[in-house]
This record gives sequence, structure tokens and C-alpha cells, in this order.
Amino acid sequence: MFRNVAEVVELAESKGVKIAEIMIQQEMEVTGRSREEIITQMDRNLTVMEEAVERGLNGVKSVSGLTGGDAVLIQNYIKSGKSLSGNLILDAVSKAVATNEVNAAMGTICATPTAGSAGVVPGTLFAVKHKLNPTREEMIEFLFTSGAFGFVVANNASISGAAGGCQAEVGSASGMAAAAIVELAGGTPSQAAEAMAITLKNMLGLVCDPVAGLVEVPCVKRNAMGAANAMIAADMALAGVTSRIPCDEVIDAMYRIGQTMPVALKETAKGGLAATPTGRALEAKIFGIPLAQGE
Amino acid sequence: MKYKSVFDIIGPVMIGPSSSHTAGAARIGRVARILFNREPKKVVVSLYGSFAETYKGHGTDVALIGGILDFDTFDERIPQSLKMAEERGMDVTFIEETAITDHPNTARLKLIDEQSELEVVGISIGGGKIQITELNGFELKLSGVDPAILIVHNDRYGAIAGVTNVLMKHRINIGHMEVSRKEKGQVALMAIEVDHNIEESVLDELRTLPNIIQVTRMVD
Repeated sequence: MFRNVAEVVELAESKGVKIAEIMIQQEMEVTGRSREEIITQMDRNLTVMEEAVERGLNGVKSVSGLTGGDAVLIQNYIKSGKSLSGNLILDAVSKAVATNEVNAAMGTICATPTAGSAGVVPGTLFAVKHKLNPTREEMIEFLFTSGAFGFVVANNASISGAAGGCQAEVGSASGMAAAAIVELAGGTPSQAAEAMAITLKNMLGLVCDPVAGLVEVPCVKRNAMGAANAMIAADMALAGVTSRIPCDEVIDAMYRIGQTMPVALKETAKGGLAATPTGRALEAKIFGIPLAQGE
Repeated sequence: MKYKSVFDIIGPVMIGPSSSHTAGAARIGRVARILFNREPKKVVVSLYGSFAETYKGHGTDVALIGGILDFDTFDERIPQSLKMAEERGMDVTFIEETAITDHPNTARLKLIDEQSELEVVGISIGGGKIQITELNGFELKLSGVDPAILIVHNDRYGAIAGVTNVLMKHRINIGHMEVSRKEKGQVALMAIEVDHNIEESVLDELRTLPNIIQVTRMVD
């Protein structure tokens, strides 16, 4: 079993295969299941992601009313032709938002690696799909490649906001997506690792401070920026830019930062945006509770 | 390694909004339900750490109860589970604990009816993965990663050998095993982690052995 990113890259490069293939082979070995069973399950997950994006692009509203409808706004803006940062980036952003809006509305999603960060991987995949025209098989590989990087983070650091803050959730998701975009675009395994490192470096220290404890504010927009971050980092890596700090050391840094992060900023709704006057007012309105609790 | 499968990372398919606080919670509830083996009349849930602080916002309450109603992580009835439990006459209590636990996402569930009472402590470690750390006062150190079975049995000679013989016959290798009891000669618990998934037919065979009270699959 591979333990870190360096080993994944080494395995893929020495065998001359994609990282996706290394992940599939390991899954077969660990679970004793057939390749067909494993591919079929990932195919189903891809379908769930597709349906969530589609549902979100048609407009949803969460139970609390805090989130919903932004994916539609961004899609309409793209159609207006006035976008400044480019349609592909904005498409990824809107699809990441779409997924998380469905999640907040207690709809069906596929966690990648968690539900709160479920928008980034499908958001970027269904956006670059229009540019790279992948086959269904390549789209499934995209998920295995993201999975390989998420696997390393989950085992060496954390993918839980309660344990490591948002850097562990949206940060990990963004790194996973960046690496998979690179591989889908024809980049090397090392370039995929560089993209992951560049992305995660830029999300270090990100706290988990959900308003009213809901996976809505700021989670939906953090997925949006995670998707944008992943796209840019993938482009940088494909351009040949490398990270001075190796990917595994960035992951380790993320883990240590998470350990020293105050509990108030790890999914307890006690600090950060959750503790702002507006955050508290929203919380009181949603749950009908008195203000100024916690801290 | 806490995580072994790619589907722990790309998955589970679930009802939002949180993999740890909703999907993980549903799984803890469902393990408790499976161990209890029927629908309880009364449920007492104690929540700790982040679970206690944010359970309403994350739907941890509906997810835990959904699990106890035997719903999977992707069951669209989860948001309505509290209402459904009430309709079925299930008495549900939530307690927000302030004690510090080893893991921030910890829940202690008591499932009660006229016949018996079951107490399970579960932690949600991220991405929907859970570990069961305590069962009826028996401490468990299961990884929550490998396929595992829990066997409640009478504390008699040969009970353990009977189980391991059946596993040997089916060429199932044991990776980790714990046996615990509270009093000599009373009810005891075997927790066994194996390398591959165990077929239902093997579990049925285990159930026919002498001194075996209950056999439950804990991790798929």
C-alpha cells in the first residue's frame, strides 16, 4: 500500500501508468474485489455527482434559507459574456457551488472527501469536461486520481474539519482536484503532485467556522474558491511551475497546523465567522435561541 | 492506516450536509440498531465535543435517529427521521455533554425496550468513517477499517474455538481479535477483524454454534 505522495508518483512513473491505475490496483489488492466491481461503484458515484450538479444548476434552497441559488446566478453571468476571470473557471466555480447548495439542502451528494467539501472535485471535473472532452472512463479515472491524493491526506493528516479545520476539508478537496485535472490534461504524475502541493499551500491555516454550525456559510463559497484555486494550480503545474516544499511536507504542515488550531475554529461554531455579530444573529434567527452564547 | 479504501475518500453517497456529522452519525446509529437487533422503544443520545456544539445545524440528530430506524447514509427519509420516530412512539432524548472526549465527534447511544438495554459509543473520524469504541461497557479497539464482526456469547469453554474453527474452514484470516467479559461465566464479547468480507452464510453458520447469542457484522 502506498503511504505518501512520493510513493504514488514513483509507482506510477516506474510502471508508466496513470495514478488512477495505481489507485485501482491498490483497491483490488486491499479489498479483494474485482476491477469491474470497483469501476462500477465509482461509475455510480460519478452519476450521483452529475445529478447533484444538475439539480444545483436548476436552483435549490436550503432549509435555513442561508444558501441556494448562487450557482444559477453565476451560470447566468457566464451567459452574459461579461466574465472577467474566464468562463472555464467560473463554470467550475458554479458547479462546485451547485453541489454544495444541494448538500446544504439535505440533498443526495457523494462526499469528496467530505460532504462539506463535496463541490470541488465534481465542479472542476464537469467544467474541464467541456474543454478536454474526456471519455466516461477518463472521468472515472479522474475520481480515482483524486481519491489517491485524498487517501494520502486522510492517512497522514486529516480530512475532518473538526480535527483539522477547513484546510483539511476544502484544502484537501482542492489539492485532490488539482492533481486530477493535471492528469486528465495529460500532465505527468510529478506535475499532478506539484499541483496538489501548490493548491494545499494556499489553503493552509483555513479555519472551520460554520455560521450556526450549518454546512452553508462560508462552506459553499469556500468550495467555489477551492475550485478556482485547483484550476489555477493545475495550470501552473502544467506550465512547469514546481513547489519548493514537496507535496508530502505540505500535507504534514497542514496536519501540524490543524493540531495547533484552537478548538473554537474547528467546526464548533464558536469562533471566526460564526462568532461575528451577523453570524450570531443568523444563528439566533434560525434556531430561535438567545444571542451571545459560546466563546 | 485509518483509511484503506478509495471509497472512504470518494464516497459515501449520502444525504447532506456533513459527512462526519450526518453520514458518520447515521452509521453510528445504524450499528447500534444492528446490535440491538430491533427497533428500540426509547433512545437516549449523549453528544460530546463538536457533535454537542453543532448537532442541530448538521442534522446529527436526524442522522443518528435515522440510523436507529435502519436508514442508510443515502436514505432520503433521514431529514424526517425525528418525526417518523415520534409517529412510531419512540421516546428520544438528546443530552449535550460538556465533558472532553478523546475525539471531538463522539456520541453515546442508549437503546432501550422492555427486554433489554444497549449502550454504544461511536466516534466519527471524518469522511463518513466511524469507529465503535465501547459496547455495553466493553471497550473496543477496532480500527473501523477492516471488515469486523461482533459476537456476543456465553463465557464458556470452547465458544471461541468454535468461532475460529468456522472462520478457518472458510479460509478467513483474523487480523485482530479481542475478547472481553465483565464477570466470569456470564455474557462475553468477541470482536474480530478479518482481512476479507464475510458472507452472510458464514454468519449464519456462526449463529448455529453452541453458546453464541448474537452475531453482527460491523464494518462492510
